[in-house]
Amino acid sequence: MSVAAHAGHAPGGVQAELLRWSPSLRIGMALLALIVAAGVFAPWLTPYDPLRQDYGAALLPPGAAHWFGTDSLGRDIFTRALFAIRTDLVIGFWTTYLPMLVGVLLGAWAGLKRGLFDAVLMRVIDTALAFPFLVLIIVILAILGPGTQNIYIAVFLVGWTMYARLARAEMLVEAGKDYVLAARTLGYPAWRILLRHALPNIVNSSIVFSMSDFVLNILLVSGLSFLGLGVPPPVPEWGAMVAEGKDFMQQAWWISTLPGFMIVLTGVALALVGDGLTHRLGDRHVTGH
Amino acid sequence: MWVLRFVASRLLQAVPVLLGVTLVAFLAIHLVPGDPVRIMLQGRASDAAVAEIHARLGMDKPLLVQYARFVGNALTGDLGTSIIQRAPVAAIVWERLVPSVFLLAYATLLSVLMAVPLAVWAAARRQRLADHLIRLSGTVAFAMPSFWIGLILILGFGLTLKWFPIAGFGKGFGGHVHHLFLPALTIALFLAPLLIQSLRAAMLDAMTAEHVEVARAKGLSESRVLFKYVLRAAAIPVITILAVNIGWLISGSVVVESVFSVAGLGMLLVHAVSTRDYPVIQGLTVVFALLVLGVNLLADLAHALIDRRVRP
Repeated sequence: MSVAAHAGHAPGGVQAELLRWSPSLRIGMALLALIVAAGVFAPWLTPYDPLRQDYGAALLPPGAAHWFGTDSLGRDIFTRALFAIRTDLVIGFWTTYLPMLVGVLLGAWAGLKRGLFDAVLMRVIDTALAFPFLVLIIVILAILGPGTQNIYIAVFLVGWTMYARLARAEMLVEAGKDYVLAARTLGYPAWRILLRHALPNIVNSSIVFSMSDFVLNILLVSGLSFLGLGVPPPVPEWGAMVAEGKDFMQQAWWISTLPGFMIVLTGVALALVGDGLTHRLGDRHVTGH
Repeated sequence: MWVLRFVASRLLQAVPVLLGVTLVAFLAIHLVPGDPVRIMLQGRASDAAVAEIHARLGMDKPLLVQYARFVGNALTGDLGTSIIQRAPVAAIVWERLVPSVFLLAYATLLSVLMAVPLAVWAAARRQRLADHLIRLSGTVAFAMPSFWIGLILILGFGLTLKWFPIAGFGKGFGGHVHHLFLPALTIALFLAPLLIQSLRAAMLDAMTAEHVEVARAKGLSESRVLFKYVLRAAAIPVITILAVNIGWLISGSVVVESVFSVAGLGMLLVHAVSTRDYPVIQGLTVVFALLVLGVNLLADLAHALIDRRVRP
C-alpha cells in the first residue's frame, strides 16, 4: 500500500493541503521521481548490459565511455548502479510498507481491544526491541540462509513491531475520544470502528516514520549485501557493488565509492519527502530503530 | 538504598523479556531447516559422529527439557560449546567483548563531542543559515551507509594520508584509541545527527523555561544562560536518546567492525553466520540483548540520579 493511498483516507482538507508543498517535499519528490524514472528506463539509458563481463575493459577509470568506470569483471558501474535502483528501491519499498500494513493493524487492534491479545503482543514487541535490529535480522538470516526472499521474511518478522507500537500508542489515545465511544454505543463492530473511524486518525505517525524507515531499510539491505548476507551476486545491488570494490580501494577507488553515492542520493530524496510529510501531517517525535 | 530497590524492580520487570530473548536464542538453532549439526559439519561426519554430538549437546532430549537446560546453563554463564572453534562460547564471546565495548564507548564520546557544539550553535541561531545547514548535513549523514563512509575514511585517512591504521584493535590504551579512531568516527557520523536533532529541540524547550527566563531577568549574559542552565536541562534527553538508540548503535558497529576488521562481537557474529557456527550465534543473541537491556537500565539509573523526581 502506498503513502498516497493512506493519505487519501485522512479527513478533510487533503485536497487543499496537496496544493501547498513545502520546498523539501518538492525537491524530495522531484529527486525521487528522477531516481524511479532512471530505474524504470535503465535499459534505454545505457548501451551496456549490467551482467555482461568484458575482461578487456576491466578496472577502467571513469571517463566518457564509462561514466563511473568499470569493475574488476569489466562491467560498466554506471549501468549496474542504474539497474540496482530496481533491486534496492523495490526491496526497500516492500520491506517498509508490508510490515507497516500489518503492524499498524495489529497495534491498533491491540490498543482498541486491550486484554490478553494486547498483553501478548506487547511482550513480543518488547522482546523484539531488546535486540539490536540488525542482530535479529542476521540471526533470522542465519536460520533461513541468505538471499533476497529471506531478506523480505527477516525484515518483515522484525519490522512490524515498530509500527505496532506506534499505532497502539495512538489508538490508546483515540479509544477514549467521543467519536469512538459514540461508535461503540451505536454497536458498531470493533473492526469497523478501527478501519473506518480510528485508522485515519492514527496512521499519520506511521506514515511519517515509514519515510525514515524506508531509508533505514535501503541502508539495511545494502548493508546485508555488503556483508554477503543479502542479495546474491551477480544481481546489481548497491551494497554488494561497494563490497566488490573493497579489495581494489587503492588501484580502483571508483568501484566502491561511486555506487555509494546512489544510496546517499536515494536516502536524501526519501528523507526530504519524509521531512515534508512530517510538517504536513503534524510533528511527532519519532526515533530510529 | 533506593538504588538497590530501583535496580531490583527493573530486573524483575525484565524477566518476561529475558525469557523471550532466551527463547529466540534457543529457537535460533532449532528452527534451522534440516539438521544443524550436519550443516555445521558440512556433511563430512559419519552418522555415529553426528549422533555423538547430538548426545553431547543434549539434542536427543525433548525440546522443553532442552530449553530449560539452556536457560539454566545461561544463568550460570555457560552458553554452550562451539563445535567449529572447539571452545566454550562464553570464553569466545568474552574475548570479543572488550573491543566492541571500547568501540561503542569511543563512538558515543566522539558523537557527543560533535553534537553538543553543533546543537548549541543550531539552537542559538534558530531558523538562520547555520541552523538550516546543520539540519541539511544531518539529513545527508543519515542517508550515508556506514560501510561506505568507513571505506571512504580508509581511502582518505588510511591509504592516502596514512594518519590512521585501517584495521585491527592495536596494543595498549593508546593503541586502541589510535586504531579505533576511524571506526569510531564512522559510527559517530551516523549517531551525531540524531543527537543534534534531539539536543537542539531540548535546548529550544529549555530556553523558554521559567527558571531560564528568571536567570535572564537577573541580568545573566545569554552565553552564561546557555551553558549554565540550558545545556544542563538538555543532558537528560541526550542520555535517553543514546539509550533508546543503543540497539541501532550496536547494529551500526556490527557493520563497521567488519569494514575495519575489529575483532569484536559484530565481526564474530558475521563470521559465525558464514561458518554456520550455531552455538556462537545463539550465545551472541543472548549477549547482544543483555547489552541493550543493561544500557537501558544504566540510562534509567543515570536519569534517576540526575532528576530526583523520577526516583521511586
